[in-house]
Amino acid sequence: MRRRTLILSSVGLLSALGFMLAVGAWRSGDLPWQQEAALVSGIRAADLGSMSWQLTSHDNERVSPQDWVGEASLVFFGFTWCPDVCPMTLLNISEWLDKLGPEADRLAVHLVTVDPERDSPEVLADYLSNFDPRITGLTGTPDEVARAVEAFDVTVRRVPRKDGDYTMDHTAGVFLFRPDGRLSSIIDLHEDPQFAVPKIRQALEREG
Amino acid sequence: MLKSLLAGMGLAVMLPAVALADCAEVSQGQLLISAAWSRATIGTARPAVFYVTIRNNGSTDDRLTGIETPVAGMPMLHETVMTDGVASMPHASDISIPAGQTVSLAPGGYHGMLMDLEEELKDGESFPVTLKFENAGPVSVETAVLPLRAREAACGDAP
Ligand SMILES: [Cu+2]
Repeated sequence: MRRRTLILSSVGLLSALGFMLAVGAWRSGDLPWQQEAALVSGIRAADLGSMSWQLTSHDNERVSPQDWVGEASLVFFGFTWCPDVCPMTLLNISEWLDKLGPEADRLAVHLVTVDPERDSPEVLADYLSNFDPRITGLTGTPDEVARAVEAFDVTVRRVPRKDGDYTMDHTAGVFLFRPDGRLSSIIDLHEDPQFAVPKIRQALEREG
Repeated sequence: MLKSLLAGMGLAVMLPAVALADCAEVSQGQLLISAAWSRATIGTARPAVFYVTIRNNGSTDDRLTGIETPVAGMPMLHETVMTDGVASMPHASDISIPAGQTVSLAPGGYHGMLMDLEEELKDGESFPVTLKFENAGPVSVETAVLPLRAREAACGDAP
């Protein structure tokens, strides 16, 4: 399986790079999470408490970022018309939660759609019923989703297809926030559970 | 009318998967094609996906130039790429299958994107996909439909 080997070795390389950066940040006195956040995403408000957006969950509840403070949370962006990356991310997250065991109960897991046109709460509910029940889907009006996208500083691009349909390019990283609302770290799309799970554990700790 | 006709045609194409379809292997020339699988879909509005493993046992390079299937009006080769943390999936005009190597269309990398589905893909069924190779020519492989939450082919890694 040559391709798998290639993917694995690039994951190794990225992880090594991440480690080196973290060590560098430590030496320079910056907190590792600040360095990493700046590297992976230019996230402006690395703090849920200072964000302002409102979305609707797949069971039709209104959600704002302040609701998440008090509990560690994992947030990622995607859409249900995406056949490759999004199922993979959902399945990876399931695997991480399983590896965390009972600790996973202290983590709130959210998928924010980047495709509010098609992903209504009902569509999200239907789709997510095929995956881990611990994952909550969030959507809203296009404006509401745009506000959230801006707050997390993720990139979203609508890409039209020849037949009039469209697909969405989007930031694939998984954001981890501590119970106090501060960004803890970002898990890369291809990151091995070996590295992803300790990052989640770190986010679960109250004292950073 | 046209829709029901198409659906009828489509249904004729979907077969209940025989145990063999999960791990069907087809060889043609120097190529060995195996572990063709897809994920079940919810309805027909969303694109489906196609994954497969191709081993080139020969001494000449080959190239996968496209795919065709009766279940989709617009099947296409894609590659998921990450640029500055942003995932996109541009069209791959062809995929190189170098001599002596195995290339997998697998989650997070190359994949067949089956757009304009003619019918819902149901867990446990199978459908044919024709791979078009520059040297080996067209090769048809029976593709197993696995649950939406499947991570890999049911028969595991190809040899
Ligand atoms: Cu694609």
